[in-house]
Amino acid sequence: MAPNPARRWRDRLGRFKGGRWLVWGLYALAMLVAPLLFTSSLSLTMLSQMGIAIIACLAFNMLLGQGGMLSFGHAVYSGLGAFFAIHALNKISDGSLALPVSLIPLVGGLGALAVAALLGYVTTKKAGTTFAMITLGIGELVSAMSLMFPGFFGGEGGVSGNRVSGPTVMGISFGPQIQVYYLIAAYCFVATALMFAFTRTPLGRMLNAVRDNPERVEFIGYSTQRVRYLAFVGSGFFMGIAGGLVALNFEIVTSEVVGASRSGAYLLFTFLGGAGFFFGPIIGAVLLVLAGVLLSELSQAWLLYLGLIFLLMVIYAPGGIASLIMMNLRLAAMGKLRQIAASYIALGGTALAVLLGSGLMIEMVYHLQLNESLGPTMRFLGARLDTHALDTWLGAALVLVTGVLLFELVRREFARQWGTIHQEIEAEAQRAEAGA
Amino acid sequence: MSAAIELRDVRKSFGRTEIIRGASLAVQSGERVAIIGPNGAGKSTLFNLISGRFGPTSGEILLGGRPITGLSPFEISRRGLARSFQVSNLFTRLSVFENLRCAVLWSLGYKYSFWKFLANLRDANERAEEVLAKLKLERRRDVLAMNLTYAEQRALEIGITIAGGAGVILLDEPTAGMSKSETGRFVDLIREVTVGKTLLTVEHDMGVVFGLADKIAVLVYGEVIAFDEPAAVRANARVQEAYLGSMLADAQAAAAAQGA
Repeated sequence: MAPNPARRWRDRLGRFKGGRWLVWGLYALAMLVAPLLFTSSLSLTMLSQMGIAIIACLAFNMLLGQGGMLSFGHAVYSGLGAFFAIHALNKISDGSLALPVSLIPLVGGLGALAVAALLGYVTTKKAGTTFAMITLGIGELVSAMSLMFPGFFGGEGGVSGNRVSGPTVMGISFGPQIQVYYLIAAYCFVATALMFAFTRTPLGRMLNAVRDNPERVEFIGYSTQRVRYLAFVGSGFFMGIAGGLVALNFEIVTSEVVGASRSGAYLLFTFLGGAGFFFGPIIGAVLLVLAGVLLSELSQAWLLYLGLIFLLMVIYAPGGIASLIMMNLRLAAMGKLRQIAASYIALGGTALAVLLGSGLMIEMVYHLQLNESLGPTMRFLGARLDTHALDTWLGAALVLVTGVLLFELVRREFARQWGTIHQEIEAEAQRAEAGA
Repeated sequence: MSAAIELRDVRKSFGRTEIIRGASLAVQSGERVAIIGPNGAGKSTLFNLISGRFGPTSGEILLGGRPITGLSPFEISRRGLARSFQVSNLFTRLSVFENLRCAVLWSLGYKYSFWKFLANLRDANERAEEVLAKLKLERRRDVLAMNLTYAEQRALEIGITIAGGAGVILLDEPTAGMSKSETGRFVDLIREVTVGKTLLTVEHDMGVVFGLADKIAVLVYGEVIAFDEPAAVRANARVQEAYLGSMLADAQAAAAAQGA
């Protein structure tokens, strides 16, 4: 007798639960050992920033991925959280507040929660485009206010603090960066776990329902506005935690933390990582820090490259990196990944050619526009190139055009193969269904 | 005893056009009523008024004797009235089971809680599984609603409507777009899941009307011109006048088919 499908499903769930512990264990382990593997002070700085960015992007995705709410001003909550935290830190320093420094991020979180509870009331009255516009407006408002109230925002210079101001407990003074890193890692792990847990609660599920079909939600007893509001406040809390950690990590908070470019970065990288999956924003956050620290070192035109990547992702992989990973894992599980491995290599190769050609041209334009005083020669990937010579430009254009043409050819072939494989999978699933 | 649902001189205008022109109707608890009428008579608008999607321009609507005029849909839903839609209105990116579980949460008192895990809500899970079994969608339990066939989506639409255990059920053309054989099975399903409830349905298919309803309300130009048992409605002079065309022929054909 064929096993009943419900039981089969539960068996699979049981196995998956074991897998879930493994995933969480690995996640904790990665955070524990990362500073032991990457020991330079630059990598420790980056790891600390990644931990913070992970909390922020996950919190942002509570709205974007789980609730379908596109916020253009979410840096308001992380930024204000950071300001609350740095003021609390300074109060600890001058002795007027008795609070362990390790709890400072909670001050940021609760402060941001209060702000979100207030502003969210206005913001979440509407959904969709109106919601996005209101968040944009509030973002600009707070950003403008940050220069109007130097008492709280510290004016141009920002507010600085000193995290080594509490009592040293068991040798932990938060002086060395590694101690701050582990504090961030602990907050990051707990915040991730809490936000994951949220997705499995009644409110978390109704938030998905509001994303899919707000109208129907109203007809099964829920106020969509209330669901959006509560999610917004929760998201604000975790944004504030991230902000509080920013304050501890940098010991200075300037008005740019509430600015539009910060909000834009959360949106961009959450999307890039993949808003449709819980772990997508984690990938996005890691990329955010890598791009901001490493890519910006590599090239002056890094924002331009970032824009290009974002554009290509939106067009070709709107589910973000997480969805690419999941699709390929599914193929691998079905044993079909090998069928398209060659296409992947071809895609990668041609993409590299496109990158090389376009990168060369972009760098030459930048050189001509900004570094003219250094003379016409420029270094690119170790080679010396004359930016005034016509053949350098022709060469770059040739590489670019060839790359684009080949990429398009390979992409079409790839799309065809992809379609065939999915038809096969579909057919197999139907056979299994009929046989069960 | 007060009626399960009562409309008192309900009017609704969109701009200067009056769509519902003083509709009055009192449906007793446990009655199954089909609302019929020519296209544009305002049947769907009437449903939208009762379920709170729109507020009436004037008049009063009572649910179990208590006024619900002007309340929002979720407040009306909490008082025990559920409705389905003519075009399936599902949570497309959630599985069939999740769709049903969402639909039972409020009625079981879970409200906006974020301190309980769904997996531990035994009553909600059992109720969702129970509805799943009634709909005969067990094998599609974990399929996303967007990937269901049309008939399955219609079934899930009904499932979401009845899952919360509301006492008054409004079904807006539940069998629209279904084939004859599907319709037959579907009417059985509806009858089964609405046992003991007050049922109002908008329907064009006369076979379905006679299969489901004990009483028929005829809506013409925003007014209820007749509300009675099927035989009496068929004999009603005003109805015949309004329906001289196709509907009457349909009704008689369907009645003949039923009788045979």
